[in-house]
Amino acid sequence: MMGHGYAAALPANPWNWVAVWRRNYLAWKKVALASLIGNLADPMISLFGLGFGLGIMVGPVEGTPYIAFLTAGMVAASAMTSSTFETIYATFGRMQRTWEGILHTQLTLGDIVLGELAWAATKAFLAGTGIMIVATALGLVAWPSALYALPVIALSGLAFASLAMVVTALAPSYDYVVFYQTLVITPMLFLSGALFPVSRMPRVFQQVGGFLPLAHSIELIRPAMLGRPAVSVGLHIGALCIYTVLPFFLSSALLRRRLMP
Amino acid sequence: MSAFWQGDANSSAEAVSGAPSPSLPREIASLCRPPEAGRLPSAEGDKHISTLAIDLDGVSKSYGNKLVVNGLSFTVAAGECFGLLGPNGAGKSTITRMLLGMTPPDSGKITVLGMPVPARARLARGRIGVVPQFDNLDLEFTVRENLLVFGRYFGMSTRALKAVVPSLLEFARLESKADARVGALSGGMKRRLTLARALINDPQLLVMDEPTTGLDPHARHLIWERLRKLLSQGKTIILTTHFMEEAERLCNRLCVLERGRIIAEGRPHALIEEQIGCDVLEIYGGDPHELSAMIEPFVQRIEMSGETLFCYGPDPEQVRMQLQGRAGLRLLQRPPNLEDVFLRLTGRGMEN
Ligand SMILES: Nc1ncnc2c1ncn2[C@@H]1O[C@H](COP(=O)(O)OP(=O)(O)OP(=O)(O)O)[C@@H](O)[C@H]1O
Ligand SMILES: [Mg+2]
Repeated sequence: MMGHGYAAALPANPWNWVAVWRRNYLAWKKVALASLIGNLADPMISLFGLGFGLGIMVGPVEGTPYIAFLTAGMVAASAMTSSTFETIYATFGRMQRTWEGILHTQLTLGDIVLGELAWAATKAFLAGTGIMIVATALGLVAWPSALYALPVIALSGLAFASLAMVVTALAPSYDYVVFYQTLVITPMLFLSGALFPVSRMPRVFQQVGGFLPLAHSIELIRPAMLGRPAVSVGLHIGALCIYTVLPFFLSSALLRRRLMP
Repeated sequence: MSAFWQGDANSSAEAVSGAPSPSLPREIASLCRPPEAGRLPSAEGDKHISTLAIDLDGVSKSYGNKLVVNGLSFTVAAGECFGLLGPNGAGKSTITRMLLGMTPPDSGKITVLGMPVPARARLARGRIGVVPQFDNLDLEFTVRENLLVFGRYFGMSTRALKAVVPSLLEFARLESKADARVGALSGGMKRRLTLARALINDPQLLVMDEPTTGLDPHARHLIWERLRKLLSQGKTIILTTHFMEEAERLCNRLCVLERGRIIAEGRPHALIEEQIGCDVLEIYGGDPHELSAMIEPFVQRIEMSGETLFCYGPDPEQVRMQLQGRAGLRLLQRPPNLEDVFLRLTGRGMEN
């Protein structure tokens, strides 16, 4: 799997992927409004529903109002879901026909995968910052320290897209990607401290949760948005980078086997 | 063909004399033929390119335990039009995919435009235009956007693209559809757009998998004319087709494949001469088995394809006499063409 042919399937140069990103951007521009509303509405509804509803019952969490705590978690979670969904649904749809056309040009499979990951990360960035903007209007975000959250949202988007690309490469049909959504993404939401602090959960869950990419993402985004100092920044960034790079090579190899039989 | 289908055995004399041949008379066809490969201006601008555009050497490929391409070797000279013919599943598409580095061969050596494939297929693809068997256009984009987006994959600037897009629209006769969504085009229009898209990088080599499938006769003739123009500009074409007339008109050389092996190779007319060499009598409208038994003694060979009999022999007049008076039979006598070669090579004919 890692022979001569694999090398030819890796990105040809550092900029080829931009053409794929631009293709997706052009397609998105045509439906931008609907897409933006859809991408924002879902996390906003959860945010207000849970934030105000539960906020009344739970009171302050870790020294901040529950809704501010939740907002930071929702920013990370929406980066995760929007980049995951883009990759397991939209990318899956493009994988056969659209990619075949691109593979007839000077782009390699790696260039395409990179372009798709960058595009999914872009959508994650839009979703995450969208929530931040609304939350800012409600006075829930500490600026300028929240600026640090922006690159983390983008990096998280890359990592979740990269993970989802492995699923896309393996799934025989749409029906299978649903498993990833229900068995991986949804539990991750609960185990990573997006909606409530994990400190009150059983130890095993806490230990598992600590390895999850969403947990690393939240450990960086939440302090930035709440104006607190973050700890172990290098570790969390490193973990997100690993979650980006390793699945990338894996999915490239899997996709080569699938698309270039 | 109406004379063919409406006549019967009794009135077949007119049908025969006035029958429109499915292929052009040979004299005209040879006038239409592009100059022979050797005399074409073959990519002289680039001294590094060998005069071979494509070189396959002992290439094999299996899927599972099914051998799809079986020790295949052929070459295509620069400036030549080479045809891959063969029944469904013969391996034509697999070969075109291998030329592009989209399918790695199990063994053998592939060189395209001087580049080893698949190792350096990416560089070769920069100078190749591809028409896949099934369109893979971006349905949500307009015709123009499809061309622009595709050009970017070759690293072309928007400015360079704006300059070539109008001529490509003209090539495909899609000027009036430039801003229509591709999803709303007819199948034939999509095919024409795919053809235009293949030219966006001004390729030296065109790899076309059934380029004119789905086109109406006007569009097909238009594309043939355009392809001939490209050949006269020195471009190389390798195409697969199920239209024998297309192969006969366009190809300098062709090969007929069966189960991944070449079973015949040569110039179309040489192949026709070699494999058939006599007029053909087509008989339709009766029970082919019964008819075949009846006329067998009077012909060299009979090919049965569906409900039509193709009779080959030096004296079709004799067959005609045998069938005299049988109502409902349609007969057509015509010069041999590539279809006869195809049927003979890939069918299960009854040899006398
Ligand atoms: N990805 C694949 N996996 C398994 N078998 C394949 C694959 N691609 C092609 N084949 C098999 O290889 C053989 C050759 O297929 P190919 O598409 O090259 O034929 P073809 O000559 O282009 O046929 P057609 O005229 O119908 O287009 C067929 O038997 C096909 O089933
Ligand atoms: Mg085919």
